[in-house]
Order: sequence, then structure tokens, then C-alpha cells
Amino acid sequence: MIRCENLSKTFRRARVLDGINLDIALGERIALIGSNGAGKTTLIRCLLGEYIHDGTVTIDGRSPRTERTAVLGNIGFVPQLPPPLKMPVGQLIEFSAALSGADPSHIDAIAGRLGLDVSDIRARPFIKLSGGMKQKLLIAIALGRDAKLLIMDEPAANLDPAARKIFFDLLAERQQSATMLISSHRIDEVASLVNRVIEMDMGKVVLDDKVADDVSLSGRFTCRLVSRRIDPALAKTLGTWKFVADASGLVWSGDVAGPDRLRFIGMLSRYVALIGDLSLHEVVE
Amino acid sequence: MKQLWLTARLDIVESLRARWFLIYTAVFGGIVALLFLFGLTESRVLGFIGLSRLLVTYIQLTMAILPIFVLITTVRSVAGDREAGVFEYLLSLPVSLGAWFWGKILGRYIVVFAPVFLAMLAAVFIALIKEIEVPWGMFGYYTALLATMALCFLGLGMLISSIARSTDMAQGAAFMTWLVLLLFLDLILLGVMIQGRIAPEIAVGIALANPLQVFRTAALALFDPQLIVLGPAAYVILDTFGVLGYKIFALAYPSALGLLAAGLGYFIFRRGDLP
Repeated sequence: MIRCENLSKTFRRARVLDGINLDIALGERIALIGSNGAGKTTLIRCLLGEYIHDGTVTIDGRSPRTERTAVLGNIGFVPQLPPPLKMPVGQLIEFSAALSGADPSHIDAIAGRLGLDVSDIRARPFIKLSGGMKQKLLIAIALGRDAKLLIMDEPAANLDPAARKIFFDLLAERQQSATMLISSHRIDEVASLVNRVIEMDMGKVVLDDKVADDVSLSGRFTCRLVSRRIDPALAKTLGTWKFVADASGLVWSGDVAGPDRLRFIGMLSRYVALIGDLSLHEVVE
Repeated sequence: MKQLWLTARLDIVESLRARWFLIYTAVFGGIVALLFLFGLTESRVLGFIGLSRLLVTYIQLTMAILPIFVLITTVRSVAGDREAGVFEYLLSLPVSLGAWFWGKILGRYIVVFAPVFLAMLAAVFIALIKEIEVPWGMFGYYTALLATMALCFLGLGMLISSIARSTDMAQGAAFMTWLVLLLFLDLILLGVMIQGRIAPEIAVGIALANPLQVFRTAALALFDPQLIVLGPAAYVILDTFGVLGYKIFALAYPSALGLLAAGLGYFIFRRGDLP
């Protein structure tokens, strides 16, 4: 689906992409990882036809630069930083839906599933929304059309655990029909979402590996955690994961989305001295 | 066409919510209000009286304000949007580069021209209510002149935005452009000519090429074509072209310059990196 041949990009004298060769097939879920300045964003911009470059990039055999509308009509993109748009939310939805031939009500519905009621904020300028609301709306716009390629730059970074769970469910629904390219500077953020990892460094692909595809995007774990004592910071954090405590305030329980378990454990590592007991069981549905 | 109009509408909505637009509208609305308030329609200067006097003063002030306003706000918003990541996101949507660029120009043209025109239209309405005679010919030609002026400087602004890679650079270039045009106005050329540093033909040529001078000559010359009012280069130009010829030139040349600059800007925009 995506083919990059000897793709290079130079800014003045700095070579940001250096002879990238990639073949990505339909249905692959790729983590594009690498430290800041590795070339991830530049690669994404080349795929979106936004940068001129040496070498070739084709998506379904077409150039994203010269056949923009045909290629971009099949791509849903979520940027890392939301653009500072002053237009009202309603107009942003209408504008993107009209350009990509999507149904605005479908975007509204996806935003609703992510916990964002568009009818409440339709007249509000996009720039005035909170970080999480912006992220949810941009995800809804990207997933609200029949995109065959989803390019997402740190898509879940601003989402709360509940919204992340729904986001994973939404991705699971598109698993067979779309290719996903998820960029992050941390592998643990996206590892459980993907079946292939591409690591970049200094403009080159330094690792291109298939990973075990056993994690279900829509899977779920029940968790039980016993705290040695009542700790407000731990309680607050578990609250954001929608965990509830028993009467003693020491035993917590809740659900964790399958792809989020690594993140959850990473979060718990901050409170490791407080944890007396911990169990995670996969829910078989 | 649908993409072009969608982009234009988007730019209009973005501009209407921007602070610069509020200031811009307030400035031109304020000028008309102040001119009426100070009883300019009752005064007589250089042969103008009534609404003619007000309109000629209004267009002189507009000539001083509009070019720099259009240049700076255009480069600030276009280069600023690029820097802030607006281009990265909106250009990831399936919109053609032609529809995007020309749609942006169309949208900006409407928001730039509408306040100056509506302020002048408001002056005409007030005049009608106050039973002051309206010089319709002058009003019509000034409207065309304002439309041309907006197009000319919008085109230059879009060209600068396409070339400059940062907001600071774009603002600096826009300001320098305006300053150069200002330096080569007729009265300054006169000083250079008196010192014998340039030939009169060159001075006239520079005055003809300078859109600011073209507007100034057109606004004044048609109604009071005296040497003392016009300056020497403009006087020669008007003498050579004739009133009708110059009227046509003053609309055709800046429009062509603006469209040429915008066309060149588009050429550079589509050949380079977008965000």
C-alpha cells in the first residue's frame, strides 16, 4: 500500500531522511518510533505530500504530491499538536467532511463515543477547547471517513484511560480495512497496538521488525490492587483509570484496556512501594 | 470549485474571529465617522466640497493605511499559520493546492475589501440622509480603485508569504516592500530630480511602476490635475496618458501586478514544502 524508495529529505544542509526504503501492506499496524529529530514527522509529511523530497513515495501506486486529492481522500491524519484554529468546531467538522466526502453526523457519532458531545461545543472556537477535547475531535475527524490509511502522531497522548479504551475499540473496528501508522517517541505507548515496529534514528530506519500480534485491540483486563496504606496521589491516579475502592479504601478494582496494560503497569511503577498485591486477568468474551 | 469556495469560507471565518480584522474594520469605520464628525463635508479644500471632499480625504487616508495593513496581516496570518501547524493539518485533507491557495486569496480579498468599501458606502448613505449631493462617478471610480488596491497588495502579500519561511522574515519583507514603495513616491522623486541625480524619464518611469504612486495620482489627478497638487512625475504621466487613459491604467496595472505576484506566489508555493 505504501512504498518508499530511496526517500531522502534535506533541509539546507541537514539530511533529515536518508535513503528510506519501506513497503507497507494493507492491514499492517505500524509503530513508528524514534527519539526527537529521528525523522518521524518528516516521513509523515512526505507521506502526506507536504514535503518535496528525493526518491519516490507512492500510496496505492499514486504520488501523494501530484495526485493529492485522490491520495489524501483515503488518509485520516491525527497530528501530534492540534492546530490553533479559530473556526468553530461545527465548521471544522463540516469543512473536513465536505472535502473528504464524509458524513458529518458520523464524525459527531465517533466523537460521542469518545465522550465528546459535539452539540455542546459546535459553536465554540476549536482553539478554546481543552487538549483532550481537541485530540478527541481530531481523532473523530480522522476516523469519521472511510480512510484506508490512518496516520496518527501520538494520538492517545492527551486522552484519559476511558477515552483511550474507546479509541482502541475504534481502531479494532478498522483493523482489517485500514493500514495504521502510529508515531511515538516511546515504544511502550504504542507497542500493544501494533504488529510491526519501525524505529528511526538520524533519518534512517534502524529497526524494522514484526511483533507478536496476540494483543486484541478490543481486549480487556480486570485488575485488583491492594494498597499498603491510603495514599491520596495513588487514589487520584487510580480514579483517572475509573478504578473504585472498597470501604476500607485499600482494595481497588477496575478494568484496563488490553492495549493499555503496559501503560497501566508503567503508571503503577511510580507507586510500587505502596502496592501489596496486584492481579490482572484477561476477560474472555 | 467547491474546494475553492470551502477554503475561501474557512479563511473568512478565521479572519472574522481574528483581532486584526476588528482593528482593521474599526479603523476604516472610525475614519468615516470622524470625517463626518469634524464637518469635512462642509469644508472646501483644493476645490473639493461636500461628499467629494470627504471621499478624496478618505481615499488618501486609505492609501496610507490599507497597503501596510494588508501586507502585514496577510503575511502574519499565512506565515503564522504555517509556523503554527495549521497548514500541516489542513493540507493533510484532500484539497488541491490550487483551490487552497486561490481560495485563501479569495477569502482574504473579501475580508480586506469589505470593510473599506462598506465604510465608504456608509458615507454615501449618511450623505443621502443628510441630503448632501453624492458624486456617483467619483464613488464608482474610488470603489474600483480600492478594489484594485486591495488586490495589488494582497497579491504582493501572498508572494512574500510564499517566499518567507518564518513569520518574522515575512513581516520584515512586507514592511520593507511598503517602505520602498513609499520612498519612491513622487514628492521624493522630485527631490532626487532637483539634485540632478536621475533623469526625469527615469523618475516618471519609477512613478509609473510604483502602485502607491499610481493610486495617489489616480485619486487626485482626475479631479484637480494641477502640478502643485500632483507632483512633477504624475503631472507628466497624466499629460501623456490623458484622463481616461490614466483612469484605465490606474486600474489595470496594479491589478495585473497583484495577479502576477499572486501567480508567482502560487508557483513558488506548489513547488516547495507546504508546512
